[in-house]
Amino acid sequence: MVVTDLSARPAGDSAPATAVAQARRAHWPTRLGDAAAWLALGVALLFFLFPLVWMLITSIKARSEVTLLPPRYVPFVDFQPVADNYQAVFTKASELGSVTSGISGAGQISEFPAHLLNSVLIAGGATVLAVLLGTLAAYAFSRFRIKGENDLLFFILSTRMLPPIVVLIPIFLMFTKPFGFLEGWAAGMGAGGFKDFLLNASHISLRENYIGITLLYTTFGLPFVVWMMKGFFDEIPKEYEEAAMLDGYSRVEAIGKFVLPEALPAMLATAVFVLITAWNEFVFVQILNPSQATTVPPFLYAIIGYGQLEWGRMAATSVVFLLPVVIFTFAVRNHLLRGVTFGAVRR
Amino acid sequence: MAAVSSTSNAPAPPVRPRFGRLSDRALVWLFLTPTMLLLLGIAVFPLLWSLYLSFTKFSVINDANTGPTWIGTKNFERLLNDPDVWLRFTTTARFVIPAVAIELLLGFGLALLLNRKAGGRGLLMTLMLIPMMLSPLIVALFWNYMYQPSTGIIDYWLHDIFGLPQILWTTDLNTAMWSLVIVDVWQWTPFIMLIALAGLSAVPKYLYEAAEVDRASGWFKFRQITLPLVTPLLLIAILFRLMDSYRMFDQAYALNISGNVNQVLSVYLYQMAFRDFNTGKGSALGYIMLVVIIALANLLIRVLNGRKAEQV
Repeated sequence: MVVTDLSARPAGDSAPATAVAQARRAHWPTRLGDAAAWLALGVALLFFLFPLVWMLITSIKARSEVTLLPPRYVPFVDFQPVADNYQAVFTKASELGSVTSGISGAGQISEFPAHLLNSVLIAGGATVLAVLLGTLAAYAFSRFRIKGENDLLFFILSTRMLPPIVVLIPIFLMFTKPFGFLEGWAAGMGAGGFKDFLLNASHISLRENYIGITLLYTTFGLPFVVWMMKGFFDEIPKEYEEAAMLDGYSRVEAIGKFVLPEALPAMLATAVFVLITAWNEFVFVQILNPSQATTVPPFLYAIIGYGQLEWGRMAATSVVFLLPVVIFTFAVRNHLLRGVTFGAVRR
Repeated sequence: MAAVSSTSNAPAPPVRPRFGRLSDRALVWLFLTPTMLLLLGIAVFPLLWSLYLSFTKFSVINDANTGPTWIGTKNFERLLNDPDVWLRFTTTARFVIPAVAIELLLGFGLALLLNRKAGGRGLLMTLMLIPMMLSPLIVALFWNYMYQPSTGIIDYWLHDIFGLPQILWTTDLNTAMWSLVIVDVWQWTPFIMLIALAGLSAVPKYLYEAAEVDRASGWFKFRQITLPLVTPLLLIAILFRLMDSYRMFDQAYALNISGNVNQVLSVYLYQMAFRDFNTGKGSALGYIMLVVIIALANLLIRVLNGRKAEQV
């Protein structure tokens, strides 16, 4: 590009030759700049990628080698890789005895698979629920005239701005006895089946079970899904399903047969973010479900938290725990950018 | 009631559409109700409840039978007069400001570099996404392993290889906050980078070509073309990062850095509410945090909108 500009210069006789020379000279600083740029990039990438690599390496080290200095970097050359940690993740409770206050406590069988299953059920369930409910709500916002639509949308968004730690206290209280007020109602009643029903209902707890935490994660994800999917539906012309309705489909059928299939990629991309948040959430599940229906993060914290420094096992657990999310994310990576920015960036 | 067979390949519309009697109004209700119920029940109602609790003296453990006692604004008065609370605010600022500033500079810088070099960019971006997918808790736990004095790899490089004085990352009162900042920078710089890259790739090429015709310097192009066009997006990224790092809990909790001077607000609140069970006072502090973040977010959004108005 620079070369073509030079021809405009009212320079003297042999224009092509000087142009080439000048172009070459002009390249020098760029080359130096390139080298500096590459160097900076390299240093930055080392900072960002090394911990990931180091986590992988640590996960295949024997216990004695994990804290060995100077560190061993290259498997098969510096140290003999072992599968012990991965084996321990799934089979052994711990080399140092049981670590969590969990059910078995026998110190024989790892509690990780059970926690992983909990994570799958809770985070997966919340993701499916949030994406389905949120998509329907987004469709309604996008296609129908709703009174106070903008206020409602802003209200939905604002629920996401709350620092989670602020809502933790009331959520904890509410989940302990969500229908506790029924006890008061029942007190004023004569004995009977309905009174018993109210009394039983008043003792229901949403703590230490799957339902409470799943609904909670669903609620965390909903604002995001509604905003993302509304942006998406806004870009699909209304005529899309109106044509189907002219053909004799009802609106519900048109949504099911034409709109949702079209929206599926966007729904999956949205699901990634809901899943990552729910999958990695720590403090709510730690407080609400300390011993039942506990997901992996509190378990991981327990491995390290009690001062039993099984770094290798922690690294292996982290890798195993990360894999499902990575696979899901890369499967739908093309729509991710909009998600990162809450729909602010459109491609 | 299945579709009748048709001669064309397209699925024929049904003779009698199902759910045809559902009016649009009914559909709106059907679609919105579950979402609104969940948000009202699990996001709004608890918040109102905690507003009430913030005006009471209440402890889930000690006052379980008596219930909350109304004490007016005493919780707020006590908290706002408590130097400990102000200390946590400054501590949080000592974390948020450097973390977001470094993330911004580093993320934007990386985006500029990656935007120039096209080769292998896809793979790099993919790899850079991984820190964001990791649980913040895991990130902090693993960095804690690397921070370990005399067994961790960071100490080995800095101290044993480069001969720098030994740094007790998480336990030294002076460096503890930086060890938290580094963890945050590691996990969230890619986020800024991603957004900045999106902004950079949206800058129209002809602007640069026009500048080149005018022989504009690289700095001029950056200052007059790149920066103004990318700034709105960067401000959104900063807004997100500010809000998230302000309420960051998992990393601070997992890294467990020493010293009250290094305790951020969310950890302080957590201990107040779930270790000391000062439920009423904790709710009040939560509300103070909330008001501060809403004010900050509004300020930033105003700056953001102001810029948009300038451009139009």
